[in-house]
Amino acid sequence: MDQLAQRTQDAAAHKPIISFRNIVKRFGSMTAVDNVSLDIMPGEFFALLGPSGCGKTTLLRMLAGFEVPTEGSVLIDGQDMGETPPNKRPVNMVFQSYAVFPHMNVADNVAYGLKIDGLPKDEIKARVQEALDLVQLGPLAARKPDQLSGGQRQRVALARALIKRPKVLLLDEPLSALDAKLREAMRFELSQLQQKVGITFIMVTHDQDEALAIASRIAVMHKGAIAQLGTPSDLYEFPASRFVADFIGSVNMFEGTLIKDGADEAVIACPDLAPYSVHLPHSAPGSAGASVWVAIRPEKLNLHKNASEPPAVPDCPPAHNVARGEIKEISYLGDSSIFHVQLSSGQLLRVSRPNRSRYEQEHFGWGDTVWVSWAGSSPVVLLS
Amino acid sequence: MALEKQSRAAFWVTVLPPTLWIAVFFLIPLGIVWAYSFGHNEGLTGVAITGTFDNYIRAFDPLYLQIFGKSIAVAGLTTLLCLIIGFPVALAIVFANEKMRPLLLLLVMLPFWTNLLIRTYALIAVLRTEGFANWTLAWFWNQGSTLAALVGLQPFPAYQPLELLYNNFAVVVGLVYVHLPFMVLPLYAALDRLDKSLMEASLDLGAGHLRTLFSIVVPLALPGIVSGVIITFVPALGAYLTPDLLGGTDSQMIANVIERQFKRANDWPFGAALSFLLMYATFAAIALRAYLTRGQPADGHGI
Ligand SMILES: Nc1ncnc2c1ncn2[C@@H]1O[C@H](COP(=O)(O)OP(=O)(O)OP(=O)(O)O)[C@@H](O)[C@H]1O
Ligand SMILES: [Mg+2]
Repeated sequence: MDQLAQRTQDAAAHKPIISFRNIVKRFGSMTAVDNVSLDIMPGEFFALLGPSGCGKTTLLRMLAGFEVPTEGSVLIDGQDMGETPPNKRPVNMVFQSYAVFPHMNVADNVAYGLKIDGLPKDEIKARVQEALDLVQLGPLAARKPDQLSGGQRQRVALARALIKRPKVLLLDEPLSALDAKLREAMRFELSQLQQKVGITFIMVTHDQDEALAIASRIAVMHKGAIAQLGTPSDLYEFPASRFVADFIGSVNMFEGTLIKDGADEAVIACPDLAPYSVHLPHSAPGSAGASVWVAIRPEKLNLHKNASEPPAVPDCPPAHNVARGEIKEISYLGDSSIFHVQLSSGQLLRVSRPNRSRYEQEHFGWGDTVWVSWAGSSPVVLLS
Repeated sequence: MALEKQSRAAFWVTVLPPTLWIAVFFLIPLGIVWAYSFGHNEGLTGVAITGTFDNYIRAFDPLYLQIFGKSIAVAGLTTLLCLIIGFPVALAIVFANEKMRPLLLLLVMLPFWTNLLIRTYALIAVLRTEGFANWTLAWFWNQGSTLAALVGLQPFPAYQPLELLYNNFAVVVGLVYVHLPFMVLPLYAALDRLDKSLMEASLDLGAGHLRTLFSIVVPLALPGIVSGVIITFVPALGAYLTPDLLGGTDSQMIANVIERQFKRANDWPFGAALSFLLMYATFAAIALRAYLTRGQPADGHGI
């Protein structure tokens, strides 16, 4: 309870626990991190998300002290870290490979950081027990790492870092070495753990599902820079660029021209959708004549049986927000099915439908000609 | 079937020549020397193999035991110095940037490709009375003297060259110089295999560099250290040329004694017995290594 109070207090004070200020990191002529500024608040579960090689690990390693920024500064709890070595920073890291010491048993691994701090023996013992219980490893304390599963090794790494009571816990792709089922279970455990200990977590991942599922805030990185910063739903529903829309979730993207831009109505003509157009019940970014992209998520598209007239879309002028095509492929995913609908322009649309009923009333099959429609609020208009 | 026959033929064709080679030029001569060790001289050139243990009993004479002991001490000191010098070198190569690493390894191995005799004579040029070492020391001495005179102190007495050659010191220097690559290479292999994130994890958990070295790096590199120690100790124990050329009258090692038995003393049976005692000591060292690294996975973890 008091942790929660503490957290709200800190948040109210609006004092970031971590600040990256104009960080640039170059390796030779190669720029790995390109002018990143970022504040992370106490108690956040923050995710750095991006494709391979975008600089996530490098950013995290600058926080831990394993790399020194070429330009800019890193502040932890208001203190400029400068060239403070890793062993003097109030952060701890869970390594991607876990880096569990192979020559020590589980308890010795977990106790390592406290032994270095020179704590009394019985206090170390008590805290090791507490940390092992926290990650449910109590019974395995005497095991050697080579007698542990991947998930158990990861818990050792977690306990070993948490026992130091860091201000911030850094996790580099903590779940990537686990199999799919375990990964999902550990996602839940990680977020439970974070709430229990109340420490700020910063996690690097290239798995967007993982980031959406556990992070309270996400920075999407692209080529060393932050492409967008926001909550998971912000990023999913309001992507700021084609890169983010495409990287987070799956999306249908059309290039088009803004032909009408009013205060409460905008129309975009997309060659791929001709003769129909996209209608929005609000203004669009850019001015009339601008070339834009329209992004629509697959689950926001509706399928209709073939008919001579396009289906009517509520609150939308006729012949807008519709398309006609042929089902080329159906991927059955269990909970939903993905329909690949080919338009006359050749473009493929991905339409996702939940499989609500075990006996499909309205059956759509391979080769069927169908209408696709969407609400005016569904498309996102992007300028870049 | 035909294929099997063919591959069996290929097997014999590839295996037989080297086996014969080893048998004819190594195992058989070794067997002969072993047989000699149980014989005694007959006339000037003959050896009668009588199955006597006299040669071995003679080898346990305090005179020879002392030389054995001294050889072990010198080889041990050499190994220790190689370890102390070689460990930081191997560590530095592992952490050098990728472009430098092959070059540094090449520098370590370069002496291997030079004849031992030439290297030893080069060392004589460095260590002798008018050698480079004394020359450099004399230069510093004279500079110091000039400096002292400048600030008004008594100039130093004339430089007395240090006796660096033809003593035990020279032998150890020479052995360390010759055997350093034997130590550096296995250490490098072990350290290079070590997961760098283990060291980073140790730093991250608050350990300094020294603590990380002794709590993480050394225990994990132990199989490599043991290999390096044995690989250095064994040839150092049997060193012949270095003590012969750099040593004084009291720096002879067991190999020099063996050589004398075969040549000047013309006592082949006794030389053979000494040779085999040296070989048994070597086997003991190798067995010790196998014992110390037993049950080790090849990836260098454990102990
Ligand atoms: N020590 C280094 N020396 C040279 N280049 C490096 C070094 N570390 C990282 N890089 C380069 O910097 C870029 C960013 O690397 P980084 O490891 O931060 O990527 P990442 O986003 O973590 O990718 P991944 O998801 O594959 O782990 C990459 O192109 C990488 O090759
Ligand atoms: Mg990475």
